Amino acid sequence: MNKHQPSSDFKPIRPGRGTGGKRKPRGFPKGRQVDPAALEEVQALLGGREVQRDHLIEYLHLIQDKYGHLSAAHMAALGSHMRIPMAEVYEVATFYDHFDVVKEGEEAPAEVTIRVCDSLSCALAGAEDLIADLKQKAGKDVRVLHAPCMGRCHCAPAAAVGKNYMDHVTTESLLQAAESRDVKPHMPNYQSLEAYKAEGGYGVLETCRTGDKTPDGVIEELLEAGLRGLGGAGFPSGQKWKFVRMEQGPRYMCINGDEGEPGTFKDRHYLETKPHQFLEGMLIGAWAVEAKRVYIYMRDEYPTVLKILADEITAIEEAGIVEPGYVELRRGAGAYICGEESAMIESIEGKRGLPRHRPPFVAKVGVFGKPTLVHNVETVYWMPEILAKGAEWFASQGKEGHKGARSYSVSGRVKNPGVVLAPAGITVNELINDYCGGMLDGHSFKGYLPGGASGGILPASKGDVPLDFGGPLTELGCLVGSHAVVVMSDKDDMRDAALNLLHFFEDESCGQCTPCRVGCEKATKIMTGGDWDQELLTELSGAMMDASICGLGQAAPNPILTVMKYFPEEFK
Amino acid sequence: MMTGKITFSLNGKDVVAEPGETIWQAAKRVGTDIPHLCWKDATGYRADGNCRACMVEIDGERTLAASCIRTPTEGMVVKSESERAKKSRDMVFELLMADQPAKEDAHDAVSSFWSWADAMGVDASRFPQRSAPAPDSSHPAMRVNLDACIHCNLCVRACREVQVNDVIGMAGRGAEEKIVFDFDDPMGQSTCVACGECVQACPTGALMPASIVDEAGRGARTSDAEVNSVCPYCGVGCQITYKLRDGEIAWVEGRGGPANENRLCVKGRFGFDYVSSPERLTKPLIRKEGVAKSAHPDMDPTKPLDNFREASWEEALDLAANGLKAVRDGEGKGKGRKALAGFGSAKCSNEEAYIFQKLVRTGFGSNNVDHCTRLCHASSVAALMETIGSGAVTAPFNAVKDSDVIIVIGANPTGNHPVAATYFKQAAKRGAKLILMDPRGHDLSKHATHMLQFKPGGDVSMLNAMMNVIVEEELYDKQYIQAHTDGFEKLKVHLADYTPEKMSEICGIEPDVLRDVARTYARAEAAIIFWGMGVSQHVHGTDNARCLISLALMCGQTGRKGTGLHPLRGQNNVQGASDAGLIPMVFPDYAKVGDSQNLNKFEDLWQTKLDPEPGLTVVEIMDAVHEGDITGMYVLGENPAMSDPDAGHAREALAKLDHLVVQDIFLTETAMFADVILPATAWPEKDGTVSNTNRTVQMGRKALDAPGDARPDWWITQELAKRIGLDWSYEGPADIFAEMKLAMPSLDNITWERLMVESGVTYPCLGPDQPGEDIVFGDRFPTADGTGKFVPAEVIPPDEQPDEDYPFVLTTGRQLEHWHTGSMTRRASTLDAIEPAPTAQLSPADMKRFGLEAGDFVRVETRRGTIELAARPTGGIPEGVVFLPFAYVEAAANLLTNPVLDPFGKIPEFKFCAARVEPLKVTEAAE
Repeated sequence: MNKHQPSSDFKPIRPGRGTGGKRKPRGFPKGRQVDPAALEEVQALLGGREVQRDHLIEYLHLIQDKYGHLSAAHMAALGSHMRIPMAEVYEVATFYDHFDVVKEGEEAPAEVTIRVCDSLSCALAGAEDLIADLKQKAGKDVRVLHAPCMGRCHCAPAAAVGKNYMDHVTTESLLQAAESRDVKPHMPNYQSLEAYKAEGGYGVLETCRTGDKTPDGVIEELLEAGLRGLGGAGFPSGQKWKFVRMEQGPRYMCINGDEGEPGTFKDRHYLETKPHQFLEGMLIGAWAVEAKRVYIYMRDEYPTVLKILADEITAIEEAGIVEPGYVELRRGAGAYICGEESAMIESIEGKRGLPRHRPPFVAKVGVFGKPTLVHNVETVYWMPEILAKGAEWFASQGKEGHKGARSYSVSGRVKNPGVVLAPAGITVNELINDYCGGMLDGHSFKGYLPGGASGGILPASKGDVPLDFGGPLTELGCLVGSHAVVVMSDKDDMRDAALNLLHFFEDESCGQCTPCRVGCEKATKIMTGGDWDQELLTELSGAMMDASICGLGQAAPNPILTVMKYFPEEFK
Repeated sequence: MMTGKITFSLNGKDVVAEPGETIWQAAKRVGTDIPHLCWKDATGYRADGNCRACMVEIDGERTLAASCIRTPTEGMVVKSESERAKKSRDMVFELLMADQPAKEDAHDAVSSFWSWADAMGVDASRFPQRSAPAPDSSHPAMRVNLDACIHCNLCVRACREVQVNDVIGMAGRGAEEKIVFDFDDPMGQSTCVACGECVQACPTGALMPASIVDEAGRGARTSDAEVNSVCPYCGVGCQITYKLRDGEIAWVEGRGGPANENRLCVKGRFGFDYVSSPERLTKPLIRKEGVAKSAHPDMDPTKPLDNFREASWEEALDLAANGLKAVRDGEGKGKGRKALAGFGSAKCSNEEAYIFQKLVRTGFGSNNVDHCTRLCHASSVAALMETIGSGAVTAPFNAVKDSDVIIVIGANPTGNHPVAATYFKQAAKRGAKLILMDPRGHDLSKHATHMLQFKPGGDVSMLNAMMNVIVEEELYDKQYIQAHTDGFEKLKVHLADYTPEKMSEICGIEPDVLRDVARTYARAEAAIIFWGMGVSQHVHGTDNARCLISLALMCGQTGRKGTGLHPLRGQNNVQGASDAGLIPMVFPDYAKVGDSQNLNKFEDLWQTKLDPEPGLTVVEIMDAVHEGDITGMYVLGENPAMSDPDAGHAREALAKLDHLVVQDIFLTETAMFADVILPATAWPEKDGTVSNTNRTVQMGRKALDAPGDARPDWWITQELAKRIGLDWSYEGPADIFAEMKLAMPSLDNITWERLMVESGVTYPCLGPDQPGEDIVFGDRFPTADGTGKFVPAEVIPPDEQPDEDYPFVLTTGRQLEHWHTGSMTRRASTLDAIEPAPTAQLSPADMKRFGLEAGDFVRVETRRGTIELAARPTGGIPEGVVFLPFAYVEAAANLLTNPVLDPFGKIPEFKFCAARVEPLKVTEAAE
């Protein structure tokens, strides 16, 4: 009730109009008002830095990290400070899983969050039971959430307590970590700048910069080596450089470190062991296209890597290898779709990660509308070594008819899962038996994912297909993608596996286009319970593959179609 | 890239695409309609390609392509009719249909979605349904039913890209994706300004006008008839379409007029039910015997019959005319032709304005005719006439599309010219520099690159300082000045004293900022200036305008694309009413009354002797009434009891009149003083033309029958004319328009017939098949020697400075929802619901100092009056300033304002007077 009322003796000169009786005046302008205290807090967090629209996600991280959630008051204050609409802040904040939006009157999340990976490899290792158990036993100060792949599939089940990502977890280990507030990332040992330089590191970059190597020469070498985009598309890297170089500058470079394809953990492996080899490769690419600036987009699920990169970028800045600020590290916020290169670019621009329409391709119109070279982490990782040891060294590592070595992330029902550096074109049978110590005891090989969630599911009978881009694998309706191989056994239900993958796609679809947004949701509903309407699913799959904007929706039906095709006995 | 034409194959036939045309557009042009939902084929909407309803097959491509966003390349082979493409489109509809409410429960049974589904033969979905989001009926004007939402984001583009109101977002991800207002707030509690663009864009009925949806959410955009017209509110002149059902306006949509390109604001879309208000006057009324006239009439506008009696038209017109005649034909003080005066209205048509002034000039026999232009841009017009020889804008506001620097000074376009503001916001978004100059920060500030919040009344010092910089740094356009202007040397000398350092103290803007802004404007490729009543409503209003004109002239920022001078005209027809001669010193088309040539022309045309002396202006007329010199008045559609400064004084004058005839649609505060009230028609009830701020003459068409015995204004004026001895026999507006063309060369090549066909033509128009000149004076100004004149302006402080007793600066204006004195808008249910009561806007700091919470009551007092109203903390208001909207009778701001006039424009200083603000005593909470 307002304190101040019109005085009883005051009479307006004439009564008001008959507008339906006396109405209460609106005390405020329309909509939510900015709370001055919240504005001060946000400004303090931003610490006087010049507002950049593309840093919205970074600012949201600052607030989330400090307060454990994003309150409506802080978001409104941030919008006001950045002079962007509230809706723009909200839609970005709610797009990414790692932001907890808390509106007025809502409760803030518990102090500690445990995220348990429920993607396929971890699901095979019992993630669902673990989550149920955790929810029962966790105290009020602990929140338990499902989460998508954390890139630790070989150590399943994996989970994170705060930013402490843990392997082979149990209810006990997680609750123990939660209780002791062991929530910071545990840093691995990795090769330092000094050590890398000692083995000749940054030497190739030097020869490039001094003019001993020319961009055209390097392009030829990479083409000869057969280096292809190892994020999953397999596009010849040298060719990509050619395309970007054809465009008028300024040009940019973006590194796609959003390794989210379930089953994939090779990028994390290289970054947590030899970050400088990656950085050198990246700088060679930047040199080749004369990039004005380099953005590294790193997924938020890899806090160790984020720390390593932040430290080592500073180290090479201090060592004079790059200009300060030339390499900008950007932190994702929990969205698989940002591994799609144009969605990643949108995210770098501080927006929701919606894939763009093509054409135009990002080589022509990329970040901030400028020509952009986008590479996966592993792709550039190999460049210094290839240029140091020669194209032939790399090319010859492949099997007959295949060029190069590949890093297969192997997980599932094998004895020794992990990153396997093997010849391109290797088969799953060889991977299991020659590299991974065979199947787990008591399990017999039944089927496998040749390329993560998107690559389809093949039966053991197709275990001798070379795992490489294109070729026989494609003819079977599958993809090698990021080379994430998940091995399944007779103990596993293929319909459940497909449903797990579709749940993943449903959660991770950006929502932009109808076939993917609605298609994944409907497919999941139809598949739940196991009694699939195969005819309808086939029709739906066709439309999703034909009409989705990006690879997510186009590939999402692969598990459905391949399970129906190769495992008919499951439906009997 | 806009290269040449492209030939591609569509379903086996060669099609030539225009540069930039998409497959969908090219297909449509050759008669192939491809289904579409998220693509809106309308100006201002970009394709987004997200719904996938328009997929086509392209040879050689792995997947299908969205035809709405894909441009063809030479030789491309496209199939829209292939089985694969059709199946894919059908599947998209089937997927979406799964989650739609059943067709019989549709929110819009004839939506784009259902129309296409019908056409494609998709009538059922085999997919399971998701759980439906809850309806949101929190907004008085719009219904939100997101169960029908297909996430096409047209509403997001409507809100953020077309109107740039920035309220709607697409939140969440994947199947959880959701349309939200701000932070997923109920629409009615969000920052939504209810422009309704989203409703107009929605292809499914998820967003609907509340007026055509029932309690259960069912509805359809079906109408019995459609009538194209123009919005009756502001000077933007948006074209509209009334959608009629059972003889009433069911809802309104924006139409593709040149000014608005389908856009509308809350008033133009949702502000029409005033026409069916039970308070409409439907019978002529005569003041009852014995009802005394008092300056404070205690009348209930809903009960006119308490004080007036109904009469026949014959009786009322006779009484009205006889009263006027008695004054005109009498002798002595307060009698004779100069003892009569008329106020016409900028809300009526050109034809009505024309015959009104003709009635005063030929029937009353003087030039005592004026209207509210006096209260809005009289000073601007005075300055423009004096310097460049024309009072109208030199460029339409839409010219900002080509500007790289935009100055908006003393105007609040998001509130007062909302659709014009959308173009400013779009320009700023595109990267143009938007320089705002206003003592008040307002909604447009969010989009500004420069915000100069100068001290109230500091305009001339600020503008002179900018010009000083331009002269000092020789940033002026020498060639332009030499070829097109006169008096620069004198101005240069005058400006020498106005250094940024000195002026900074007066205007409160840092010297560096003044320099930066001066350079930015002067160096712009194309810069344009807009101003509003913050410039004009001052004792130095004419000087303010002179400065802006000098600024533009010295930098050559006029007469080209993206440049110009644009006073944003207030009323829907203030431009037209002024053109038509509702001004005491000029005949139609600004022909000075004292000029013998003009006198001859109009005496010839009207076949009568005319008064060669200019008449009195609005405030002067009220003063003359007080003096007893004017005793009879005819007021058409004006409401001086609310709109005049020091309204108490104006009301006393109205009460003093011997004879007052008021013609209006409601018992306005002014009508309460009348002897005879003549019930007129509202805008949707009559035909007529109006001219907007862009100089575009537009056709308003009759959509509704007038209630009861209400009559068109032109008919009433003619009946009065006949009764005071004029031999008039106009058969209707078309007839009057034909005569206007004889009086007004500005209407050359614009005919009634042409306007019926084209709906709008801009003057000057060089040929019957020419569109009209939107940007004028590129080669010469319409002055005697063709040059624009520099007129130096001195710094004159506002008349009434704050002091110990009255420490606040009071400034007045409008609000988005309420038009002028509120006679229409406060009777429009949606507008009333959004802004139901008066508020005083105060800075949050002053609120805190007074211990006030939002909505607490304050008393605002000046030397002329006192009002009480709720306080509203408002970010943009500086400390020590109180802003009052003047639309509210129960707290009429103009009881407080200072009637002192600008010496040239005779416009009152509405924007500045000294006031006292006090929190009202703490009382026990009322029940």
